[in-house]
Amino acid sequence: MTFAIETNNLRKEFDENIAVRGLTLQVQQGEVFGFLGPNGAGKTTSIKMLLGLTAPTSGRATLLGAPLGDRAARARMGFLPEHFRFHDWLTAHEFLQLHGQLYRMSAARLRQRTEELLELVGLTPFRDKQLRTFSKGMLQRIGLAQALLNDPALVFLDEPTSGLDPVGRRLVRDIIADLKKRGMTIFLNSHLLSEVEITCDRVAFIKQGVVIRVSELQTLVNGATRVTVRANGLTPNVLQGLGQWGKEIRADGNQVTLTVVNESALPAINRFLVAQNVEVYALTPQHLSLEDLFIQIVGTDGGL
Amino acid sequence: MATFIVARLTLLEAVRRRILLAAFLLGVAFLILYSCGFYLMRQEAMPINPRSEISSAILRNGLDNFLTLAGLYAVNFLAIAMGALVSADTLAGEIGSGTIQALVTKPVRRAEIVLGKWLGFAGLLALYLVLMVGGVMAVAYVLDGYVVPAVVNGIALIYLETLLIMTITLMCSSMLPTLATGGVIFGLYGIAFIGGWVEQFGAILQNQAAVNIGIISSLIIPSEALWRRAAYEMTPPLAQVIGISFSGPMFTASVPSDAQVVYAIGYLVVALAIGVRAFAQRDL
Repeated sequence: MTFAIETNNLRKEFDENIAVRGLTLQVQQGEVFGFLGPNGAGKTTSIKMLLGLTAPTSGRATLLGAPLGDRAARARMGFLPEHFRFHDWLTAHEFLQLHGQLYRMSAARLRQRTEELLELVGLTPFRDKQLRTFSKGMLQRIGLAQALLNDPALVFLDEPTSGLDPVGRRLVRDIIADLKKRGMTIFLNSHLLSEVEITCDRVAFIKQGVVIRVSELQTLVNGATRVTVRANGLTPNVLQGLGQWGKEIRADGNQVTLTVVNESALPAINRFLVAQNVEVYALTPQHLSLEDLFIQIVGTDGGL
Repeated sequence: MATFIVARLTLLEAVRRRILLAAFLLGVAFLILYSCGFYLMRQEAMPINPRSEISSAILRNGLDNFLTLAGLYAVNFLAIAMGALVSADTLAGEIGSGTIQALVTKPVRRAEIVLGKWLGFAGLLALYLVLMVGGVMAVAYVLDGYVVPAVVNGIALIYLETLLIMTITLMCSSMLPTLATGGVIFGLYGIAFIGGWVEQFGAILQNQAAVNIGIISSLIIPSEALWRRAAYEMTPPLAQVIGISFSGPMFTASVPSDAQVVYAIGYLVVALAIGVRAFAQRDL
């Protein structure tokens, strides 16, 4: 099977610094793929390389089976840029018409899609208003409509919910869920981890220009559990023994916290503690949020 | 074709951002002022008792030509400024703001975007020249029934000059920020302007070194040479022979050759090609 996106060691150097060291990842067709990392990790440069905005210094990539920059493949892609600015002297309707024409859509189909999308993003009443009168949220919506005009097979959404109020965010989330149902591949770059947690199938963590981890979101979120043990008799030996189930052990008097890869480790931990003559008062599992995981995976030193 | 879509967008932008309206209103103001000047100058300058019918006709023809070319000189400058101002920000500005990102990620060639913008501006400048050159000529015609010789050649050369400046601006705009583009263009214009002066003085004083400096400057930027050639074309044959074709602050003493016109066309094509290439290879 061909991947929607497949990159092999994509690298981008600017004069002095290396923005992306070597990006290697595969995005399957029909999945919602989250692209996460701290500021300055090379996310935007990576997306720009994939979209042909910036030429990679080295490395290879294919999108929808075609090499980077292939125009036939681009006709099947959509893109909502981050910090996008559009020709704000166009009306919402003209704006979609323009972008549809650039997609070389037929007039009839373009007319139909324009109306559908204005309706989808809730801007039909504003179709004849110039974009410069739009609020940030409305611009984000029209930008999203623009990215979906050609009913793409692959769509890149760069911070699609930035500037949106909770209602708008919900709308975008629903749209993404609907697109996924229709088999569209979505490449989502977002800082709003709660959004990612709800929408993505898989996520990649990128740091200093390399992918440090790719994982199914469900396994990641379900798997990682933080366990807090309240007990008497937590000797250094016991703490060391706990190390076999998890990392990041933090002991504080008669309380110890550790992160285990899987919830199924809990009974074994309990048996171990009892066997060590530890008096257990409480063994409390607590699921980690994606935000906790993010910080655990990329560390706190990444964001600059 | 994407080129035409972008060209239409460029024209629409000029309309929506009221560039066209401003140019039109100021153009009309210019023409009103010009017609007043034309009328008054003619009244003052014509002798009350000319010595003969023939000398009167020659004088009158010379004066009308002088006034028309003076008007066209101003229009020429305005059109150049217009071409530079509208195109300086177009690529640099859209790259800076990120507007360009949603365009170049569509299934279009980057070259089509540059060519589309060029075509749009070329249309805009054509409209502007029709209004302004047409207006100046209409004033001369209405007030004194005067038509300059070689109108078509003259206008074509003026149009070529404005296209040249616009193209160089677009080229710079594909690789430099807006302000740097503006700086380069006005610097080049200054070279052309002063180079033209030096060449004229050189021709009058028969100083070959000065003429050469002028020729070199018009190789660096051939815009001023196009205007002087246009002015020469539109000068009556008799005045051409005497060598008193008016071209701005002084009379044309050294007439740019056909080769210089061909050179300017080549210059334009190369500048456009460099602009297209620079934009195609640029990280956005």
